[in-house]
Amino acid sequence: MKRVYVNEAWCLGCHLCEYYCAYANSGLNDMVKALKDKTIRPRLTIEQEGTISFAVSCRHCTEPLCMKSCIAGAISCKDGLIVIDQSKCVNCYSCIMACPYGALMPSVEQVMQKCELCATNSHGQPVCVQGCPNKAIVYEER
Amino acid sequence: MHYLIIGNSIAAAAVIEGIRSQDQEGAITVVGEERQVCYARPLISYLLQGKTDEEKMCYRDQAFFDRNRVSLLSGTRACHLDAKEKTVTLDDGTSLGYDRLVLSTGSSPFIPPMQGLDLVKNRFTFLTLDDAHALSAAIRSDSRILILGAGLIGLKCAEGILDRVRSITVVDLAPRILASILDGQGSVHVQAHLQQKGLTFHLSDRVKEFTANEALLESGTIVGFDMLVVAVGVKPNTELAKEAGLMVNRGIVVDQSMRTSVKDIWAAGDCAEAPELVSGSNRVLPLLCNAYLQGETAGKDMAGKTEPFTQAIAMNAISFFGLHVITAGLYEGEEKLFTEEGSYKRLFIKDNRLIGYILIGKAVERAGIYTALIRNQTALDTIDFDLICRQPALMAFAKSVRQQQLGGSV
Repeated sequence: MKRVYVNEAWCLGCHLCEYYCAYANSGLNDMVKALKDKTIRPRLTIEQEGTISFAVSCRHCTEPLCMKSCIAGAISCKDGLIVIDQSKCVNCYSCIMACPYGALMPSVEQVMQKCELCATNSHGQPVCVQGCPNKAIVYEER
Repeated sequence: MHYLIIGNSIAAAAVIEGIRSQDQEGAITVVGEERQVCYARPLISYLLQGKTDEEKMCYRDQAFFDRNRVSLLSGTRACHLDAKEKTVTLDDGTSLGYDRLVLSTGSSPFIPPMQGLDLVKNRFTFLTLDDAHALSAAIRSDSRILILGAGLIGLKCAEGILDRVRSITVVDLAPRILASILDGQGSVHVQAHLQQKGLTFHLSDRVKEFTANEALLESGTIVGFDMLVVAVGVKPNTELAKEAGLMVNRGIVVDQSMRTSVKDIWAAGDCAEAPELVSGSNRVLPLLCNAYLQGETAGKDMAGKTEPFTQAIAMNAISFFGLHVITAGLYEGEEKLFTEEGSYKRLFIKDNRLIGYILIGKAVERAGIYTALIRNQTALDTIDFDLICRQPALMAFAKSVRQQQLGGSV
């Protein structure tokens, strides 16, 4: 399965991926309208320390502990893609307890959100990858 | 091959998925005491709060059972297990044979003997959907609720109904709330939050005697109430196992493949007592994620693929009125405490390993990175320990490890 992979040597720490992510999942088709004057809640996290930086998003694990720990049965696996049914989520944070990568976080609506590789929004392909100016995030088969 | 599953909650669903990952042919029968198909039990407090509904609470629907070709007998109780003849007798008198059996019978509320308890007419427990419906139908806006037990079940029940009743009083024998998952300071923190929301606590106290609508406490306090919820704890359902001669301590004793002491019988979930990672000893861990992982392990093993579940630890994620609490592991060894406004974190370190943590409020972010340190028994001298204490981050790992985490297949 194609996944998002990160090469920290190429990451500039520019945070553009966060903005592209927030835009991609906003439901709006105008980036300015989606982001202007908004506090963004991207589905990936940039870690930064000194000169090192990299983006962390869902790994779509073959052993998805978030799914197996979800008390609501809200997380499922569709052909390798780990997705959340936000209507079932009760915001208990069991997935946050379980995920070894720290890749889930609450949304503005106070239900869990995670990277779904833009397969469940209108874009179809990971927009963070398209927006990364230095190819530090790629979408490929490994 | 006929696989028989007794119980129809989380562990049972995982057993089915485990079996079907290996064996598409064998027949599977599930005997479930409850009338519902397979629902997410921990959601009953959210149901009372109106944050979910019965349809959304469905954990595995009828289509799941159909797709996996599972014969589901719901509303049916297994009464007798004969391990020699390999048969289970149901409450309607029919007998089911099996080749491989798993007991995922769960747990039941523990009701300690208390003087005058029989006089209390409006008495409830809070474990099943039926319990939640019964409580929901009984409460009124002027009801005074008395909850026995300031643990996870009692306090989630309180959260579920607080807005719909006049008052809630909680009594517990322990000197602090959530004593099974929190330390003293953490308990005080969460208790203050709950009191601010309107709960009243009587701790280090117990009911000496009930009348129909009053509880006389050991301390001399008299608490008037309209409804009583008994939530002092749960006990594993081990009757079938005991009767059939399986080894039973607190729960049904199993190994890391969920095999019981008797051939062709497995056990998983709240009824099982399995090896716990950090202590190295057997524990009953009545937690949803362990029920799932144990069930999956049992299902695979029953179908011929042995993949021992070696990483079982205690862990809880729970919230009360917006305050999140995540805990894991054991609370022993060297302690490190980090507190700031709205955030409480206590880490427990022993022999160069993280063995437990308590996180409250903002500190819960990315908690799973800590959980993984415990489960993987990561040597702390191989990571940036100061950084990982400050915040759970992949940055704390060696670059080569990080490359595998973010650049490799996982």
